[in-house]
Amino acid sequence: MSNGRHLAPRPGFVLDVDRNSPPIVFHHGEGFKLEKLPTGRSRVIYPAEPLEGLPDPDGAIRHALLNPIGDSDPLPALLRPDMKLTIAFDDVSLPLPPMRRPDIRQRVIEAVLDIAAEAGVDDVHLIAALALHRRMTEDELRHAVGDRVYDAFAPKGLLYNHDAEDPDGMVVLGETPHGEAVQFNKRAAESDLVIYVNINLVAMDGGHKSTATGLTGYTSLRHNHNVHTMLNSTSFMDRDNSALHASNWRMGKVLRDAGVKIFQIETTVNNDTFGREGPLSMLQKREWEWSGRERASFLAMQQGLKVMPTNLKRKAFSTWLAPYEMTSVQAGEVEAVHEVTTANVYRQHLVPVEGQTDILTMGLPYICPYNVNSIMNPILVMCLGLGYFFNLYRGRPLVREGGVVIISHPTPWEFNPVHHPSYIDFFEEVLADTTDPGKIEKKYEKRFAEDEWYIHLYRNSYAYHGVHPFYMWYWGAHALSHVGRVIIVGGDTRAVRRLGFQPASTLADALEMAGDVVGPQPTITHLKNPPLLMADVT
Amino acid sequence: MATTPLTLRIARLRSTIGRLGFPWRAAPVPPGVEPPEPTRQLKAEYDTAWARRYPARVIRASLVETVMRFVMSVVASPSREGTDRLSTVDGPVIFVANHHSHADTPLLLTSIPEPWRHRVVVGAAADYFFATRLGSALAALLINAIPIERTKVGRRSANLAADLLDDGWSVLIFPEGGRSPDGWGQPFRGGAAYLGIRCNVPVVPVHIAGTDRILRKGHFLPSRSSTTVTFGDPLLATEGEHARGFASRLEAAVASLGDEAASDWWQARQRAHAGTSPGLTGPDIGAWRRVWALGDRGRKSRRRRVLWPEL
Repeated sequence: MSNGRHLAPRPGFVLDVDRNSPPIVFHHGEGFKLEKLPTGRSRVIYPAEPLEGLPDPDGAIRHALLNPIGDSDPLPALLRPDMKLTIAFDDVSLPLPPMRRPDIRQRVIEAVLDIAAEAGVDDVHLIAALALHRRMTEDELRHAVGDRVYDAFAPKGLLYNHDAEDPDGMVVLGETPHGEAVQFNKRAAESDLVIYVNINLVAMDGGHKSTATGLTGYTSLRHNHNVHTMLNSTSFMDRDNSALHASNWRMGKVLRDAGVKIFQIETTVNNDTFGREGPLSMLQKREWEWSGRERASFLAMQQGLKVMPTNLKRKAFSTWLAPYEMTSVQAGEVEAVHEVTTANVYRQHLVPVEGQTDILTMGLPYICPYNVNSIMNPILVMCLGLGYFFNLYRGRPLVREGGVVIISHPTPWEFNPVHHPSYIDFFEEVLADTTDPGKIEKKYEKRFAEDEWYIHLYRNSYAYHGVHPFYMWYWGAHALSHVGRVIIVGGDTRAVRRLGFQPASTLADALEMAGDVVGPQPTITHLKNPPLLMADVT
Repeated sequence: MATTPLTLRIARLRSTIGRLGFPWRAAPVPPGVEPPEPTRQLKAEYDTAWARRYPARVIRASLVETVMRFVMSVVASPSREGTDRLSTVDGPVIFVANHHSHADTPLLLTSIPEPWRHRVVVGAAADYFFATRLGSALAALLINAIPIERTKVGRRSANLAADLLDDGWSVLIFPEGGRSPDGWGQPFRGGAAYLGIRCNVPVVPVHIAGTDRILRKGHFLPSRSSTTVTFGDPLLATEGEHARGFASRLEAAVASLGDEAASDWWQARQRAHAGTSPGLTGPDIGAWRRVWALGDRGRKSRRRRVLWPEL
């Protein structure tokens, strides 16, 4: 009954661990661990239960298109037969895990195209706004936009991946007052209207970042995907305190001044990541509310995962499609839309937390934005833990300055050579030299960013851009400068040491090692994530 | 002791029954009296309730999922599109489809997604499928058919369908009223639209392409061909909409789906909004020109393949 759809979803909360508290489920890559936290000084932050989805998502989308917010006309009034229309959409990194069909992008794009068809628009391009991410495969594109849209546009070359290294496909539109060059997809720049279709999973997504990052290239990204920006983004999940977003907003203004007209459509999803029913439903329930069936299936899953080869486990988890539901949709002028979107993201994610902690523990799942249908390599482990999870706060970081972060993840010394070729060299060459983000940026970034082979693989294969592993490392720069030590539990010892972190076999060992940094009897906070939450730390 | 031969025992039994007389036996018809025709509950009167009870449902479900699905995959190689459009629908619906062939029903019964597939009744012509007791029983058992009057106006069919919708059953109706006589569709009748308005349930337009090459009207042996079943967005009657107007909207929706299957979704939407979707019923021209206008969709010539010319 606890998660019944007819009851109002309960907000997130903080559990103070005592003698009666059960062991807590930690995500551990393609597996799970049950960990007993020390009593009396530990707490667990639980996410809110999933909000109810909109009862009529298609009706809500149409309503949003016809009733835009901010300084924007309704979509039909922006369309005319002889115009150039470009529809850009979020790439495979959203949402996580991929959602069940129909994907929200499909719903929105079909609604937009239906109105465009009514207006008689002929010249339409659809672009996956992937910046320097890997290209999406046909299957991934079909999943995102649906077969109908794919079959209508892709065979004619009208639905494609953004190519930030196409010399004829990119254009520089100007510079911000801070001297940041604004490079943009040429087709989008020359269009009479750019419609951006977004899925907001976390507060970092959306706003001007959609276009000013998604449809740009290294010329622009180097101005905000750097160590300085990351150190001044506290956190990058909190737009008002994020230098990353400030830069994107400045670039958004340059785009507007250059005449690029953007109609932004943003959507938010609930955090129904593992389903209210089904084989993984226990992962989004509080441990003491598991039914007998859920306990039995968890035990069976644990035993099964123990004997399964890693590749098979990856395959099994990658088939999981989240039953996310849309909780809001808004369209119109970028900034006005994003205000509403952020409020809806916070409505689902924010959990009030009092005070910081000495030790922050986190169990990392099998997926992050950059290993969909791929391998979570050690650099991505660092990025997910110290980049994304560490930054899931508003106010102050969950862990105090000089505190310890303990991550639970197998951290295998494994890379997908097709998706992450430059990661391999980054790990072997760069991290073997130094793990200091500032030094790495100065000494190595340019060489990797301009490497012809990486550019070739980015453009023609399915590889992340050569500079991408640097950005992953910078993503954790704020955490690296903030905490005193990072310990990884259950990881490949060599890989963990290469990252500059300390390996530990068990959580108990890790807590003992952390004691050297934070002193005896430290306070411990566990971020029970996913389903996603964001700590509102006072 | 000698045993009595079997034939002798049967003869004795007959003789005993013969002596019992009425009421143990039927009374003989008096000479010169014309007995009335036995009342046979057939056509629209046929009671199909037994076919919706669990034993019949289990038999039907196993036949649909094994024999029917296998035969359809071999004969029709179906491609099923647009089932995602039903993702927001909850509860019973009315499926309306164009109708070319006897293959349409099994194709749809194996294509309609869960949870509707095994809780759908098929509106079948009472005068055709329910003309004999055996035919009625087979239609009710195999495709869960209910009799629909198409030659006269009556409330019985509509009431039965409405009751079933209220009970949570979905209904599959071919609003053209029969299979296409020439490869083109026929105008939609108002029955499905009326039912949709009366029960306030969504109506799902479905377009079937390719079954006219499998078993079109007048043919008795099926040929193999690829088919496409395209499900459309569920439609609800608008406030104050009449059955005739709703039926036209349904026909246009099915026509647009046909356009989508023949070209692509974007072109179909453009033509639908411009009002230039190719109609289901074809051009209003002479018979041979209609057949001509079918193009590739028309009847294939059945010229015998001769490997070596006859000299």
